[in-house]
Amino acid sequence: MTTGTTLARDNSPVNSIVALFKNNLRQYSMLIALIAIMAFFQVMTDGTLMKPVNLTNLVLQNSYIVIMAIGMLLVIVAGHIDLSVGSVAAFVGAVAAVLMVDYNVNFILVIIIGLVLGGVIGAAQGYWIAYQRIPSFIATLAGMLVFRGLTLAMLQGQSVGPFPTGFQRLSSGFLPDVFGHQSLHITSLVIGLVVSLAIVYLDWRGRRNQVKYGFEVSPLGLFVAKNVLITAVILYMSYLMASYKGLPNVLVVLFILIVAYAFFTNQTVSGRRIYAMGGNAKAAALSGINTKLLTFLTFVNMGMLAALGGLIIAARLNVATPKAGTGIELDVIAAAFIGGASATGGIGTVIGAVVGALVMGVMNNGMSIVGIGIDWQQAIKGLVLLFAVWFDVRSRMKS
Amino acid sequence: MSSVILEMRNITKTFPGVKALDDVNFSVQQGEIHALVGENGAGKSTLMKVLSGVYPHGTYTGEIYFQGELCQFKDISQSEKMGIVIIHQELALIPFLSIAENIFLGNEQAHRGIVNWNVTIAKTQELLKKVGLRESPNTLITDLGVGKQQLVEIAKALSKEVKLLILDEPTASLNETDSEALLELLLQFKQQGMTSILISHKLNEVNKVADSITILRDGATIETLDSRNDLVTEDRIIRGMVGRDLTHRYPPREAEIGEVIFEVQNWKVYHPIHPDRKVIDDVNIHVRKGEVVGIAGLMGSGRTELAMSVFGRAYGKNISGLVCKHGREIDTSSVHKAIANGLAYATEDRKNYGLVLIQPIKNNVTLANLEAVSGRAGVINKPKEMVVAKDYRTSLSIKSSSILQETVNLSGGNQQKVVLSKWLFSNPDILILDEPTRGIDVGAKYEIYTIINRLAEEGKGIIVISSELPEILGICDRIYVMNEGKIVGEMSAKEASQEKIMACIMQQQEVAQS
Ligand SMILES: Nc1ncnc2c1ncn2[C@@H]1O[C@H](COP(=O)(O)OP(=O)(O)OP(=O)(O)O)[C@@H](O)[C@H]1O
Ligand SMILES: [Mg+2]
Repeated sequence: MTTGTTLARDNSPVNSIVALFKNNLRQYSMLIALIAIMAFFQVMTDGTLMKPVNLTNLVLQNSYIVIMAIGMLLVIVAGHIDLSVGSVAAFVGAVAAVLMVDYNVNFILVIIIGLVLGGVIGAAQGYWIAYQRIPSFIATLAGMLVFRGLTLAMLQGQSVGPFPTGFQRLSSGFLPDVFGHQSLHITSLVIGLVVSLAIVYLDWRGRRNQVKYGFEVSPLGLFVAKNVLITAVILYMSYLMASYKGLPNVLVVLFILIVAYAFFTNQTVSGRRIYAMGGNAKAAALSGINTKLLTFLTFVNMGMLAALGGLIIAARLNVATPKAGTGIELDVIAAAFIGGASATGGIGTVIGAVVGALVMGVMNNGMSIVGIGIDWQQAIKGLVLLFAVWFDVRSRMKS
Repeated sequence: MSSVILEMRNITKTFPGVKALDDVNFSVQQGEIHALVGENGAGKSTLMKVLSGVYPHGTYTGEIYFQGELCQFKDISQSEKMGIVIIHQELALIPFLSIAENIFLGNEQAHRGIVNWNVTIAKTQELLKKVGLRESPNTLITDLGVGKQQLVEIAKALSKEVKLLILDEPTASLNETDSEALLELLLQFKQQGMTSILISHKLNEVNKVADSITILRDGATIETLDSRNDLVTEDRIIRGMVGRDLTHRYPPREAEIGEVIFEVQNWKVYHPIHPDRKVIDDVNIHVRKGEVVGIAGLMGSGRTELAMSVFGRAYGKNISGLVCKHGREIDTSSVHKAIANGLAYATEDRKNYGLVLIQPIKNNVTLANLEAVSGRAGVINKPKEMVVAKDYRTSLSIKSSSILQETVNLSGGNQQKVVLSKWLFSNPDILILDEPTRGIDVGAKYEIYTIINRLAEEGKGIIVISSELPEILGICDRIYVMNEGKIVGEMSAKEASQEKIMACIMQQQEVAQS
């Protein structure tokens, strides 16, 4: 036997395919799980799940969870947690409601005020965490109580609404159709097509770059299969939505956020620094990274996304209630962890968190249609969280 | 009399993409000190982890016979029961527990789950006496220096009935005196009939205590030398390790030294937690262009604290003094500013302060200088980053499956090279290297010295902090001696010797005592 041979050399083709599958399985495992869950409920609900109306509903119901999960992902990657997002969302929704209903402030201005307010709240919490070294768990636990209390005070225990239609459209509006076809929303189809082509192009470009610099890439077959699958799914979804009212406004907002944050985390210096900080804060600081400022900004960002979530919740219900957003911090945190984020920081992806949020969303929706009570829904969701993370931990240990 | 106590046969261990051990045979005689040497990443630690059950039976192939019995350990506790105890390369003590608590961690002296502290303390005292450590059993680990911590590790090993003691680079972070004491201890244990395996990159130590020496290279056994009868020279060992002769330990250099480019003046630093304790006391040092300056001193003499406080006030409180470059004061009030002003500091503690272990080599190399691989909008140019990382991987010969390998899975020496790469890539004018060759094999040391020389030739100023006096003497142009937070001596390399440096330290200690 010669010395220093690498594994790859004495592998049979069968082994390498198995290895490849194993390596990629982890990356796509939650996506596969999502598809499996969708298929399961599609069957269980006799096809109701994927009906255009329900699919649209699903997006509307879960948009704010996805949005907050993106912010939470950054917080978790940075090595922290934010328990206050549900209360912050409710508080911002309440302020927006009071401004619109009691003071007749223009809704666009209200949206801006709401986002700024969220940022300020995030900054306040971030200050305690980053500069006064209060553990984030405690600082945001305090925030959770404080802002729930302030919401109650602001609304004086009442529900405040309804809102101007312009504001409502934030959650319940749809993209206008420029083609004016009767039964099919052509604009939505076109957008779906453009998006899927863009994804394929970017993936192909990334692959070409890797080849150019002599890196190992996944086999062409897998690459093609993956892209065909993604394109098919996007086109099918947009077709389904097009045959109802088209693409909802929130979906567009959501899409832009996902792309922007995926880009931020993968491609930018600041994104890279957050991962480094979460992985080893001391080493990051000694590499010239201003870890305090970065932590602070991560919470400002979380505050703004929580505010956006709060505005969407209010718009969707067309009323601000003291109990709005109660408990959603748990859904949001669960989404990030189901999507593969590590509780010790430094690991996690935006796409993962989105998939995690969708897993939660589809389960909520599917179980409701099937008629499972809210009590059992909670229990089942808890178990899914546990198993998802268990699966992730195990696959990580094996690799 | 020489009966075989341990025999490892045809051990092969693979990690994804790497064959760390390839059909290794290794046998140890009863009652000897057996040294295991080899380059970084040769597989020494891995072999010992296989032996001690860190990598359980089934994750490797081959057979292990201990005292003639076939062993298939599922975890460490099983190997410990047989009397095989390993002290890992990285110390594994819990800082905020006491010596006694650490020693009996997992082996608590308890009856029905209730700890008997009297027995624990008594036994600890006995063990501490055996290893020659004069400390109270109740002292917290965090209050001990590394040398003493290492002794606690050994005491912990002794608390389990040990027949075979494995020490993975025990002296890597010890100074000469502490190392000496530890080796004495090993010899003493040998007298009492204990067998030990010693992994070390310090070949003089190996020569001093080992009865036989096994050399690993690229995951395979090259040879086992018997140093009981005939003397095995260090050069002979090196030849086995690197596969060729290494005529010089230090690369030759024509120093071309220019004007003073870096100065630290009247530097005073107080302890971050005990603000009335002065850690650095009025230090003045300077570095000239193209000069390699050494700072010698004992562990805890304040060298790391000096370096870290200068480097962006990363250590200490109430810091006062001036830092000047080219005669002008520069702002080093944050690490970011220090780097921007051309400073770099490669830490001695790579795991805690040097690397983001869960990230690949690539990310670690570029971490301190991401600007150089990104466009104006702060978007990282990934292909460029890859090229940079690949260059460093090649030029520093970082042994790894690719630049995407997570640094946690690199061997100790190769992790050190990643830390160095990071700071080389930040392209500093002044480079402070804190124990740059700790845990690094002779061949790689030579490479690092060559890099240091190259940087000096480029006109940079280099400060090397090292506890290995031969190294300081071998590569530096000028040497400062530090003790208890003060500079207690300065000499040119020509007039310096180990004795002179030690004399400086001792003299100052006597002054302090009288
Ligand atoms: N968990 C792991 N996953 C992947 N590769 C690993 C892992 N552990 C070790 N290796 C690889 O196995 C090889 C041998 O590593 P090992 O730690 O045994 O080296 P070593 O001889 O102890 O080196 P050093 O003197 O630097 O400590 C290295 O190439 C290393 O990168
Ligand atoms: Mg090792």
